[in-house]
Parts: sequence; C-alpha cells; structure tokens
Amino acid sequence: MKNLIDIKDLSVEEINNLIEVAKDIMANREKYSHKCDGKKLATLFFEPSTRTRLSFEAAMMELGGNVLGFSEASSSSVSKGESVADTIRVVGCYSDIIAMRHPKEGAPFVAAQKSTVPIINAGDGGHNHPTQTLTDLLTINCEKGRFDNLTIGVCGDLKFGRTVHSLITAMSRYKNIKFVLISPKELTIPDYIKKEILEKNNMQYCETNDIEEYMEELDILYMTRVQRERFFNEDDYVRLKDYYILNKEKLKKAKQDLCIMHPLPRVNEIATDVDDDERACYFKQAGYGKFIRMALILKLLEIK
Amino acid sequence: MNIDSIKNGFVIDHIKAGKGMEIYEKLNLNKLDCQVAIITNAKSKKTGRKDIIKIDKNINIDIDILGFIDPGITINIVKDDKIIDKFHPEAPNELINIVECQNPRCITSVEKDLDHIFILTDKENQVYRCKYCEMSLKR
Ligand SMILES: [Zn+2]
Repeated sequence: MKNLIDIKDLSVEEINNLIEVAKDIMANREKYSHKCDGKKLATLFFEPSTRTRLSFEAAMMELGGNVLGFSEASSSSVSKGESVADTIRVVGCYSDIIAMRHPKEGAPFVAAQKSTVPIINAGDGGHNHPTQTLTDLLTINCEKGRFDNLTIGVCGDLKFGRTVHSLITAMSRYKNIKFVLISPKELTIPDYIKKEILEKNNMQYCETNDIEEYMEELDILYMTRVQRERFFNEDDYVRLKDYYILNKEKLKKAKQDLCIMHPLPRVNEIATDVDDDERACYFKQAGYGKFIRMALILKLLEIK
Repeated sequence: MNIDSIKNGFVIDHIKAGKGMEIYEKLNLNKLDCQVAIITNAKSKKTGRKDIIKIDKNINIDIDILGFIDPGITINIVKDDKIIDKFHPEAPNELINIVECQNPRCITSVEKDLDHIFILTDKENQVYRCKYCEMSLKR
C-alpha cells in the first residue's frame, strides 16, 4: 500500500492492522512521539476543511514530524491555473507524504499516478473520504469492541452523504450487520448502494423516515448533516435541513450502550442536551480520527 | 455504388435503429476514401427497425467501439462478394478516450491531458463507471 485513495483499497487485514496500531498509540503515546522526526507532511487543501486538516496536522505533530501546505485554492498556485499533476510533482520535492483534499472527484487518484511520495485522499468532492471511514471504524471498534453482529442506524441525508455510503461499503465485509436507513423520502439511499452493496452482500436492511421506529434495536446511530452545497434549490435545503433533530426525548427507548456517532460539524441534527449523555460518542470520534491518521501515516511511510 | 453488394469489406448489421450515425461518427467513417453506405430504419424481422452500415474496403475497425455501443450488432466480413465471417462484438472491459465523463464535478472536466477511462463494472447490465469519479455512464 503506497497511497490511500479509496477505502476499498484496504483489505480487512490492513484495516485491522491500522486499528491495532491506533489502539497501541492511544495506550502508549510516548512511544510514538518521535517516530516521524525529520519527516514532513504536506496538507494540500484545494477546498477548505479546517477539521480534517487540523486532524492530519495534529497527527503528524504528535509523531514528531512537521507540516506544511495550504488551506484553500485561492492561496495556492491552483488559482494561477496549475494542474494537479504539476502541483503534486512540485510538492513531492518538499515533503515525505501528502494529504490532499480537492473539490473535483478523482483528483487524488490523478495525484497518486504522478506522485513520488504517498498520497492520502482527505476528501474529493462528494466521492471518497477514506480517513473519515477509518475514523468511523476505529470508533465502532473501540466503543463496541467488535465489527460483527451490529444493528446500525444511519440517519439524515442518505442520498448525497458519502460518509454513509462508505460506511455501508466498509461494514459489508463483516458478518451479521443490519442497517436501518432513516431519511426523508427526498434523501433516500441511491439504488446502486442497495443493489451493488447491500443486496449483493446479502445484508439485512430496512428503510423508514421515523427516527424512533427502530430506536430500541440500534447498537449504533450514525447521524449526518444535510449539506447545503449538495442542493441546487435553496428551498429544498431549508425544508430538509432540520427534518431530524435527535434529542434526549427521542432516545428514551434506546439501548443503554447505544453509540451515537456524527462525522461533524453538526448543525441542528443533534440537540446539545444529548452531548452529556454517555452514549454520545461524536466528540470522542473526532479524537479517534487523529489516532487512526497517525497509524496511517506510519504505515504509508513504512515506519514500524 | 450498389448498396446491396460490396466486394471486399464489412456489413455492420442489426444496429439499433438510430444508432447508425453514432457509429459512423465514432468509427470516423467520414475519413475513409472508400464508399460507405448508411441505411437507416431498415425493416428487421427481429427488432422491427434497424440501421445498417456497409463499408466497401477492408479497413481496421475498432470492434471495442461497436461492442460498447451495442453488443447486439452483427459484423459480417465480406470477401470477393461473399460473407466469409460473421460475429457479435463483445462489450469491452475498458473504454479509453471513446466517451467523456459527463460529471461536472469530475477531475476530467478541468485537468488537461487526462485519458478518459471507463471500466465495465457490471457486465450483465452493461454498466460502465468513470475510472476517476466512478459515476456511471448514462446512455
Ligand atoms: Zn468522471
């Protein structure tokens, strides 16, 4: 493995290995604090995503490495019309590994073809965001202790929500996973996810627009935000953005060990009265994101 | 040219009605120095209506393009006024620079000098996906 472009690039063994390393880092922070001394991570963010960038930068710093890069295209050579291929060839001279976010889908794949150093896809448009999926997997593994026999509710924008699509894809490799797909009818899961992933892998699933209908069965509830940039019509966005608001009241029937996740940032879909509930895992999830990125950087740089 | 008979060349038969011109363009048949006949809306026993293309020369035709456009096509090879071979083109596993990705968010819409590549991901339903953005090809 030289790059991480798509979560499907990783085998189950490789994912398990990354999770083991991440857990070891969490338990032995000191041991890892100089693993990347003298190494540089370039964060090339052709579109802004402060959280993801900070997570990568914190990960590299905690390994003893340094970071450089840009946080939006207007401050980079891209605004002068430079191609992805050229940018990557140049940055490869200044860094040992690159984390790249780009609004165009497939841009990190193009970068990987031209790069002399490992490329990590930090999100390409509505397409892939593999380190978010790895973060979700580490969260599930740490909070539930397993990847099989889980009933997972995913709620919100299931039509455009790439984190949900990737999570379903990633979980399709494990045994006895059931998905409860919760969305308004305008934002239901695309047919190809049902046909090419859920049905192809004989996974159980059901669809509802009522967040409470299957609440008592859930082991995990994955909330997502309705994203303005996916809509062509502002009215549709306004109508759908507050369709689901998870609050204490709606959790009444939920299991005591439910794990509530959210890729963040949230808008209104989780009321703040849930934050202090011990089932709320979304801030912990952000923390796990740094550790799995540390494990990934070590793996791609082949540092033991 | 008598469109009923060609001496040496190809008869591309059973083309879905309306697809004849697309094949003519994709195969660059307008660049040939030989006679080419396109018959549209011919009667067909099987499908009701069909298009037919006749090429009066033994050229190299890109079978992959035909297989991509319609694997139901029949290609007849004619030599000395006789059909000496007859076959259906297969849908190719990969299309390189035959069609362009229509996804406006795809990197191929902005980055220069990229090959347009599509992969056959579902043979049964003839689904091709862009190698870059994975959007399925609409046709
Ligand atoms: Zn594309």
